[in-house]
Amino acid sequence: MSRTITIDPVTRIEGHSKITIQLSDDGQVEDARFHVTQFRGFEKLSEGRPFHEMPALTARVCGICPVSHLTASAKTCDALLAVTPPRTARNLRRIMNLSQIIQSHALSFFHLSSPDLVMGMDADPAKRHLFGVAQAKPQLAMDGIALRKFGQQIIELLGGKRIHPAWIVPGGVSHPLSAEDRDTILAMVPEALVQAQRTLDWYKSVFGQFSDEIRTFANFPTLFMGMVNPEGLMSMYAGKIRIVNAMGEIVADQLEPSSYQQWLAEAVEPDSYLKSPYYKPMGYPEGIFRVGPLARLNLIKACGTTRADEELAEFRGLQRGAVLSSFHYHYARLIEIIYCIERIRNLLNDPDILSDHVRAHAEPNAFEGVGMSEAPRGTLLHHYKINRDGHIEWVNMIIATGNNNLAMNKGVYQVARNFIRGEKIQEGMLNRVEAVIRTFDPCLSCSTHAFGQMPLQVQLLAPDGAVLDERFQA
Amino acid sequence: MKRSSKASIKTLKIDGIDVAAREHETILELAQENGIFIPTLCHVEGLSEYGGCRLCMVEIKGSNRLLPACMTTVEEGMEVVTNSEKLQSYRTMIMDMLFSERNHICSVCVSNGNCDLQYMSVKLGMTHIGVPYLNPSVPVDTSHDYFVMDHNRCILCQRCVRVCGEVEWAATKGVMGRGINTRIIHDLNQPWGDSDTCTSCGKCVNICPTGALFEKGKSAGEMVKRRDWLPYLKLMHED
Repeated sequence: MSRTITIDPVTRIEGHSKITIQLSDDGQVEDARFHVTQFRGFEKLSEGRPFHEMPALTARVCGICPVSHLTASAKTCDALLAVTPPRTARNLRRIMNLSQIIQSHALSFFHLSSPDLVMGMDADPAKRHLFGVAQAKPQLAMDGIALRKFGQQIIELLGGKRIHPAWIVPGGVSHPLSAEDRDTILAMVPEALVQAQRTLDWYKSVFGQFSDEIRTFANFPTLFMGMVNPEGLMSMYAGKIRIVNAMGEIVADQLEPSSYQQWLAEAVEPDSYLKSPYYKPMGYPEGIFRVGPLARLNLIKACGTTRADEELAEFRGLQRGAVLSSFHYHYARLIEIIYCIERIRNLLNDPDILSDHVRAHAEPNAFEGVGMSEAPRGTLLHHYKINRDGHIEWVNMIIATGNNNLAMNKGVYQVARNFIRGEKIQEGMLNRVEAVIRTFDPCLSCSTHAFGQMPLQVQLLAPDGAVLDERFQA
Repeated sequence: MKRSSKASIKTLKIDGIDVAAREHETILELAQENGIFIPTLCHVEGLSEYGGCRLCMVEIKGSNRLLPACMTTVEEGMEVVTNSEKLQSYRTMIMDMLFSERNHICSVCVSNGNCDLQYMSVKLGMTHIGVPYLNPSVPVDTSHDYFVMDHNRCILCQRCVRVCGEVEWAATKGVMGRGINTRIIHDLNQPWGDSDTCTSCGKCVNICPTGALFEKGKSAGEMVKRRDWLPYLKLMHED
């Protein structure tokens, strides 16, 4: 008898999803799928709104990474205004975006994933959570909470509130940074660096115990996509797109975000609200790529900050070519936290950062705009079309989690095949299936913002499971 | 609304408190002078009373119906109740319907944090609305060079219509339709930017209680209405 194993809902991720695993007659894993079961509709409800509202409106896509959407959306609006925001405004936006990445990475690593790492994948689920971590490794839990607070506090100092600050606006930011707030942030930096380094050192001492997981957690060759500056250094705010292959060789470089439709396409699967973007020149599904911390570290020449670059050199020693196991997303995330803290410090030490020239004003000068930035989970893209009056006519958003969809599906299949045999299931095995999803830190609320024709599949099944009739709408 | 300087004094009770009023004064004006809160959204001192929002309804002893405080003049010996369970339930219902009828999404609104409707809903203790949202598809008029009219956020208080006609004397803004289909229009229901009569003075924008009227280019929470000229409205009339 073939059987379907369903994990519903998947826990400790942002959003709602389920996984189905199809077993064959002899109890082998035949197929495994990751379904995103929630649905939002942001692209539709933005229609008709004045485009100035878009940063605040699209920030509501997510309560974890509103700043990422603010950033990408404001950049799109800059393109519609056809202005370049003043240098100080660009740097202030950078600082907020970096703070956002720190707090989100801290949430992902400490709050969501560290229970698996501290307690072990097979530990009792009733104890395998953040409070368990706080009991077993109080210092680790405290560092996690402190790092998240560090990121959130900077966002609050800059934008007035921690979640959904409306500070990043088309043309720049709404108000400048005060010397007092700059000094407050700079004073917090040394301790945050110590906390991040301490966590990374701990992680490096334990990840060797997870060799089975490293071998099987979405460990396969794919492309990697991310943003780099003109010198090929890490860039979270501005830059162009680089794509490398599994050997770490550059496949495409300095791709213009505004021409993304030439090199990026989105496929729709019948069983999920999450679309599957792929690299267009290689086709579907061969154009599978990954984004986010692992991808970014795989494709940059260097981070561009001292400590992060030291760690990057060590990270690169894990594997020749690109680091392929998605388990190492955790590792990459910790290195990025260090990079972000260092970068914030460097930006704040720029004397121009206190300038009060932080906004460019203009009428809409272009009817179409694309904005791209790096969100915690990877490359984020907003694309708007407006009419002469500045009303939004059409919106497309490609979210970091969506970019990883193909890889997440493949990863679920790989881990299921390796850890599930026969019909007897142990919690630790199921948790590994969930954990592989968690390495990508998917944010499903973000990624299913789409609207239009709902991808729906209706199946009429006979008692023995055979499909009698099927209707598909895409 | 000129008043005689020899107005006689009326004495009455509001919520059990003895108060003295000038002749022709409304209950709302009297209550405000005495620091007694009566909610209202359409009343602006210096403009004609419209009595449209119905939030200022009060109970008057001896009358079997509720009366709007902004339209009811004081009388000797009157006993007014400004707050009762019945009044609260009516006011809640009015707020429910205001929020249900259009699309008031504070979080992305230009007037978030500076909005009379938002303030009033907090003041009246609203936690949710008791009727379903209608989510109507309502247009946004951005044809004007400087200002935007977003009908999604309009509560039809007609402050803009009154200030345009009574103070600016342009009478650009008007009202069209009935009931739920009522809309604020410009001239003969044409795009605001095409209006021949609009002087672009901006009084309507600044007197609007919500984010329905705002300056172009403002992002969420950025529209702070300039109201410092409101105390001079009456003076403007008299001149």
